[in-house]
Amino acid sequence: MALAASGCPSGLAAPAPEIPRADPAAFVRRDAEGRDALELLVQGARCAGCISKIERGLLDLPGVIEARLNLSTGRLRVAWRAGALAPARISQKLHDLGYAAQPFDPDAANAQADHEGKFLLRCLAVAGFAAMNIMMFSVPIWAGHGEMGEATRTLLHWVSAFIAVPAAMYAAQPFFRSAWQALRARRANMDVPISLAVVLTLGVSISETWRQGAHAYFDGVTMLLFFLLIGRYLDHRLRERARTAARDLLALQAVSAARIGADGAIDAVPAQALQPGDLIQIAPGERAPVDGVVIEGESELDRAMLTGETAPQSVRVGMRIHAGVINLSQRLVMRAEARAGESSVAELARLIEMGEQRRARFVRIIDKAAALYVPVVHTMAALTFLGWLAGPALLQAFGYDVAEAGVRIAILNAAAVLIITCPCALGLAAPAVQVVATGRLFQRGVLVKSGDALERLAEIDTVVFDKTGTLTLGQPRLVDGPSGETLQQAALMARASRHPLSRALAHAAGPGPAIAVRELPGVGLEAERDGAPMRLGKRSFAAPDAAGAPADGAAELWFAHGDAPPVRFAFEDAMRADVGPVIAALKQRGLAVELVSGDRLVAVQSAARAAGIETWRSDISPAGKVAHLEALRAAGKKPLMIGDGLNDAPALAAAHASVAPGAALEASQAAADLVIQVRCLRLWLKRLMLRKPRGGACGKICSFRRSIILSPRRLPQPGF
Amino acid sequence: MDIMIVLIPIAVLMGLVGLFAFFWSLRSGQYDDLEGAKHRILIDEDEG
Repeated sequence: MALAASGCPSGLAAPAPEIPRADPAAFVRRDAEGRDALELLVQGARCAGCISKIERGLLDLPGVIEARLNLSTGRLRVAWRAGALAPARISQKLHDLGYAAQPFDPDAANAQADHEGKFLLRCLAVAGFAAMNIMMFSVPIWAGHGEMGEATRTLLHWVSAFIAVPAAMYAAQPFFRSAWQALRARRANMDVPISLAVVLTLGVSISETWRQGAHAYFDGVTMLLFFLLIGRYLDHRLRERARTAARDLLALQAVSAARIGADGAIDAVPAQALQPGDLIQIAPGERAPVDGVVIEGESELDRAMLTGETAPQSVRVGMRIHAGVINLSQRLVMRAEARAGESSVAELARLIEMGEQRRARFVRIIDKAAALYVPVVHTMAALTFLGWLAGPALLQAFGYDVAEAGVRIAILNAAAVLIITCPCALGLAAPAVQVVATGRLFQRGVLVKSGDALERLAEIDTVVFDKTGTLTLGQPRLVDGPSGETLQQAALMARASRHPLSRALAHAAGPGPAIAVRELPGVGLEAERDGAPMRLGKRSFAAPDAAGAPADGAAELWFAHGDAPPVRFAFEDAMRADVGPVIAALKQRGLAVELVSGDRLVAVQSAARAAGIETWRSDISPAGKVAHLEALRAAGKKPLMIGDGLNDAPALAAAHASVAPGAALEASQAAADLVIQVRCLRLWLKRLMLRKPRGGACGKICSFRRSIILSPRRLPQPGF
Repeated sequence: MDIMIVLIPIAVLMGLVGLFAFFWSLRSGQYDDLEGAKHRILIDEDEG
């Protein structure tokens, strides 16, 4: 095979990292035309080169009929002649091209069609059509004011009415519905005055046209709807993007599992289809799909994402393992004990959901404004109506000559008040500002998940950090041990192993050759060199009689070669280089900083000391983290949670605002308000905290909105 | 002013044609991948 550039040919995205790949066979569906079809979520596609590379590459596979990549959503649809191709070849091909692809459940994907957005777009188109066509009739009326005959003017008004009434009834549906819902719940939102203004203006205009009056306001109604719908659509787009991201992540949870059938054959099934009692094979590098018991094999598990603990845990036959742990070294066979929906991961999902429900009660700044604004506006309109009803009569009673008076004039003027104060500036400005702010942040690598996240972020007063993967790199680093020849010899063995400590050792030694080793799971590596046995692994294995070695609880590897005294390599989950300055900067801004971790006391203590954090807690379970955040909130604090692990996800959802780094697990990204794609901790915190002194984006929204509200309305209302 | 009887329906009809053209394009999925559409014009169909 010719050596082509891996990943995006423009270099806009890095080639995909090695991730555990699942067999997509379980997610293949037969489509309406009798073809096999598969939907994949492709990561790393950015440009035209990616599209043609992926689509052509797949069409080259025998039997593939259709390959279409949606660059906006990253979804790839592949269809091929039924049975002509093994689905695994498709993900293999994508992997060879340098893109990461994961299958997702088409049922979950189909539920994602954005009907609401399309309806808003249709409303927007109808309102735009009506506004422009009515303006075509309104301009002649204004231009010919005083010259145009009454009959012609009335004809033009009637034509406008025939366009405006059905158009407004269609296009104003989003406002009517929302206003009706609010009224039924005995609340008032922005849509109540909007709906009232639309209905009242249409009514007044029709009655004026009937009376052959000089002024009708059909143009105003439709234009108002057009502008308001722009704001509504922008707002919807913003929330839809966040929702899609979250649902994509959910669809990706549709991992497949390698089930061992009664005849010993292994087939790929969706994790949801697993039943208690099923036998499942977990190859090294794969995640356990459900809770279960090991019945064959011996290996080590990475539980960092679940508990925050960095040291690998060894497992033997008969031990329970939880869904979500990663198998590190040897093949395991487990017996499922729970369905996917009942596993420990699902328990975390329930905690996340509870946190999100609580957060949904946050009152957005725009709704706070509406609660104040709506009564004032309606009182003013009512006063206008009463004033015009009573005023002229009073004046006449005192002997003044008042030309026009009566109910008609009173209604007209009350409607004028309602339309002029119609909160279209609020409806348009707030989403516009949020779209601009999130767009700018997105360019700088910050993905804002919900529109009100920026408002909440501006209010925080406490920052709670997770340790593993957030303050630290989440990977062990060699911190103590011999260098030079001994290190190189140990690395010969370490390079042959997939164990995290071996990897860390190999990383420290740099590139070089590897030798054949025998891996004893949970114990270490064994090899022979220069006629003498070499051992690398646990102290009990490689150096059973080494004395006087420090027992500080750090992760360690011992290396022995022949009769030479064994040497010790110590590892630590290294801190990110810029943690200290970041913590100092946060404190300087008057924010309280805490560290809450599921890791052991010693590790958390040393991390807290190195970072300069005085308040810390160790050995905290995911539920404990939630409880801690609850306690903070009960004390009147507004905590910001920063974390990346699955064990942090419930806490991320429970906090007042939350941030997950881009490398975080999907569930954590889904639970967090903001996802930050920058590697460097300082960079991303700086980006966020820069907004703080100015009152955040929310302050910007306020000032922007103030300027719009206070400026006169620019919609043409020549009649008023 | 009799000409208005002809011109007004024509004008409104033209507007409606535009509106329904938009509905059709929306329904046929032309706005589903705006990001991809702007890149696809750069792909040379004849090549390779």
